[in-house]
Order: sequence, then structure tokens, then C-alpha cells
Amino acid sequence: MTESSASLNNLLVMSLAFISGFIIMSIELLGGRILAPYFGSSIFVWGSIITVFMISLSLGYLLGGKLSLRKPGLKQHGTFFVTAALLLLPLILFSNQIMESLFLIIEDPRYGSLSVSLLLFFLPTTVLGMIAPYSVRLLVIDSHHSGHVAGTLYFVSTLGSALGTLATSFYLVLWFEVNQILISMGVILFFAGFLAIFSDKTFAQNRQSVESTL
Amino acid sequence: MNKLLNATGLICLFCLLGWQAQAQIGVRQIHQERSLYRNIIVTEDSTRRCMRFTITRRTGQNQSCRFLENPEHLVFPYARMTLSSLLVQDNPQRILIIGLGGGTLPAVYSHLFPQADIIISEIDEAVLRVAQEYFDFEQTDRIKVDIGDARVYVKRAGLRGEKFDLVIVDAFNGEYIPEHLMTQEFLQELQQLLPANGMVVANTFSSSRLYDAESQTYRNVFGEIINLRMPNTGNRIIIASTETLPSPDMLAQRADLWAQRLEYFDMDVHDFVPNMSTAVDWNTSERPLTDQYSPANLLNN
Repeated sequence: MTESSASLNNLLVMSLAFISGFIIMSIELLGGRILAPYFGSSIFVWGSIITVFMISLSLGYLLGGKLSLRKPGLKQHGTFFVTAALLLLPLILFSNQIMESLFLIIEDPRYGSLSVSLLLFFLPTTVLGMIAPYSVRLLVIDSHHSGHVAGTLYFVSTLGSALGTLATSFYLVLWFEVNQILISMGVILFFAGFLAIFSDKTFAQNRQSVESTL
Repeated sequence: MNKLLNATGLICLFCLLGWQAQAQIGVRQIHQERSLYRNIIVTEDSTRRCMRFTITRRTGQNQSCRFLENPEHLVFPYARMTLSSLLVQDNPQRILIIGLGGGTLPAVYSHLFPQADIIISEIDEAVLRVAQEYFDFEQTDRIKVDIGDARVYVKRAGLRGEKFDLVIVDAFNGEYIPEHLMTQEFLQELQQLLPANGMVVANTFSSSRLYDAESQTYRNVFGEIINLRMPNTGNRIIIASTETLPSPDMLAQRADLWAQRLEYFDMDVHDFVPNMSTAVDWNTSERPLTDQYSPANLLNN
């Protein structure tokens, strides 16, 4: 019973980590597509996108780790997903208007693409970055296993990133429009978030029973 | 030790074979550099000098070539085919060329229209350097190169209210297509640059699903287009205009007018007339390319 409860908890958090990894890279890849009409596909456009993703993720890791200190639970974990989904809305709804106005203000496409990347990707990516360290806290039960848990989580989320990159660049862009993909990502994040929020109680019970056997 | 000797021997053998193969074709590599976007290789044989963007020696990978003896003669069919634009609009005074290569097209158009202003949008500064050093390309008062992404150039030129009588899109090679230069929105931005009687000539693809998607995209923006495909070449030229396109009779008449001047480039413009067609010969159910949907490279497989 204890073992299966533990593995159920693991499965849920790992799946969520996989989803966030997948979606982060999918959005990053689509970033090039989204910016190209205004800033081209020069090397610095990719430079801007990758820089913003790295900054956002690093900040997200920091915040996620910090937030995990106080009453960690699946409920809060789920709100990260829902928030990230909502933060994708400006990207889906207003990216052209945002790019248009910055294109007019900033002549240099390097700083134009950097500013636009910040406006479009900074917030959702930061929130998505919070998921990984927070997941570690949700799964670690004793410090002895913390490295193992973190390793497995990185494995799962980075594998998600790899598949997100592959699926998006090989197939999704061939089948769907950019916004259709983004909307799907938003919907997936939203439902993943709700799944987490509604599993909060079961998760806490499972965890308690596992901890009591230690 | 023996193994090492064997291995060295084997490597030497390969070197020799490679050298022989190269010597047989007589192609010498005279320059190679890795730019931000690609490898640029300049090769030369007894008759011509070429710029290519791939290291592999497959044929047909040259971007731009010129004859050593008669550099004004055009090596590639696509360059000759581009001149079919003259049968549609014969007096361009401002010309925008997207993609520099070895500078063949700027040289041709500036020879034909010495008074015309020619602007070339080229993303890769290294291509400009190589064109200057190995292909005698020169910037002048009338011929200017803008280094940067063509999409950005076109958007800004549109905002400035600039007009070009002729826009030549020559940015696609077999290995990689800049997908944002093939979408409906890009063509609409080009359309804004055209005055009355302005035209776009694009050197593009004649096969694969991309043929259908691209034709559909051009037709959505410009209405009727002329397709020029020549037997035995993989090239296709799309001609789109803000005016009604000329009839086949009109094309033939203009070919008569131009034929003599174009002989200088070692070509007979009459050859093109029967192959210039406004027929819709593509699958019209293919999705047009947009900024939201532009998997040009995947469709080209």
C-alpha cells in the first residue's frame, strides 16, 4: 500500500515535470517562428530568445526553490501550471501588436528582438521554471535520497524538453499553426494544473503514510 | 606499430583517391570560410569559378558561378530565366534584390539599366566579402547592399514608403529556405513596395509539395501569376505583377524587342515565351504558407 501510494505520487509529479519540460522547449522553438516576421531569423534573434529563456528559467528555479520552503503541496504546484497557462495568453492574443509597436520604437533588430522576447516569454517561462525545483521538494522524503530524486526529475523534465523540441520542429509545425500549438500547450498546462490541485489531498495522505513508515 | 602504419597507409590512400577524384574533375578549392550562417566555398575549374554553401561535392550545389573567359555569359538557367521579367515590365528604375550570392543578378540588371538604383538585401556579411573578393562585385552610387534580414528590410522600407519597380527574390537554395520569406504576409509586405506596374520575380522550387503551397500563396496575394519552368532544369520562376499580366502574344512581341540585347548574356529570350504560363497547374487544396504556418523546409522534402 505504502509503496504504491509513493509510486502514484511519483508518477504524478514526474508526469507534470515532463509536461513542463516539453512545453518550455516547444514554446522556445516557436519563439523563432513568432519573431521572424518582425526581426528576421538572424543569429541574434535566436540569441535573444535563448537568453530570455535562460534568464527566466534561472529566476524560476530560484523562486520555485524559495516557495518550496513554506507549506509545499500539490495545490500550489498546480497553481504554477494554471498561472503559466494564463501567462501564455498575451503571447497568443497580442504578440503581433506587441511586436509591431516595438518594431516601430526600436530600430536595431538585436535589441528589438531582445525586448520583444522579454515581453512575450519572460513571465510564462519564469513560472514554468519554478516547477522543477518545487517538484524536488514534493518528492524528497529524506535528505539521503534528495540527489536521486533530483536526478530523476531532471531526467524526466529534460527528456520532456528533448521530445518537445523534436515533436514541435519535426511534426507540429507541419500539421498546425503556431497559435494552435500554443493554445494546445495552454490547455494542457491548465488541465495539468487542475489535476494537481484536485490531487492535493490524496497526495498529502499518500505522503503522510509513506513518511510514517520511515 | 604495424596497425598504425596500416592506418596511415590507408589514410594516405584515401587522400590520394580524393585528390585524384578532384584532379579528374579539375575543380580547385580556392577559398573556404565559415560564416555565421553557413560554409562558403569558392571553387574553380578550367572554365568557371563558383560559390557554394556546402562542402559535399554533389553536383548542382553551386549558388553562383561565372565563366572565367566570358564572365557576362550566364552559367545558370535560373539567372537567364529571371530575365524573363523584362517581357512583363521593361523599364525598372528601382530594383530590390533579396539574396546577393556572387552578385550575378545585380551585374546583369545594372548592365541593362545603368541608371537604375539597385539595392540588395543580404543576411550574411561574409557572402558580400566573398562576392567582392572573388566575383568582382562592387558597391557603387547605384548599387548598394544592406546587410540584414530581408524581412526586416522590406518591413522598414514599407514604413518609409519606399517603392521598387522590380523585386527579385533569390534567397532560396536547395539546403535551407528562410521560411519567413515565403509567407502570405511577406508577399503582402512586398506588394506594398510595388508602385503601379511593379512586379515580383521569385526564383523558387519546381517540385514537391512546396510547389503547390508556394503557388497557392502567391496566387492568394497577387491573383494570376506567371510560372516559368524550363524542361531539364529544376528551376522555376514566379512572376507576379500589380498590373494585368501580358498575353502570350504580347510576351512574344517583347521577346523580339529584347532578344538582341540579351544575346550579350548568351541566351535567347524567345525560349522562355512558350514556357511562361498562367495556368493553375498545382494542387489548389494545399494550404498556403502564412506566418502561422510555414513549414517550407519540411514540405520541400
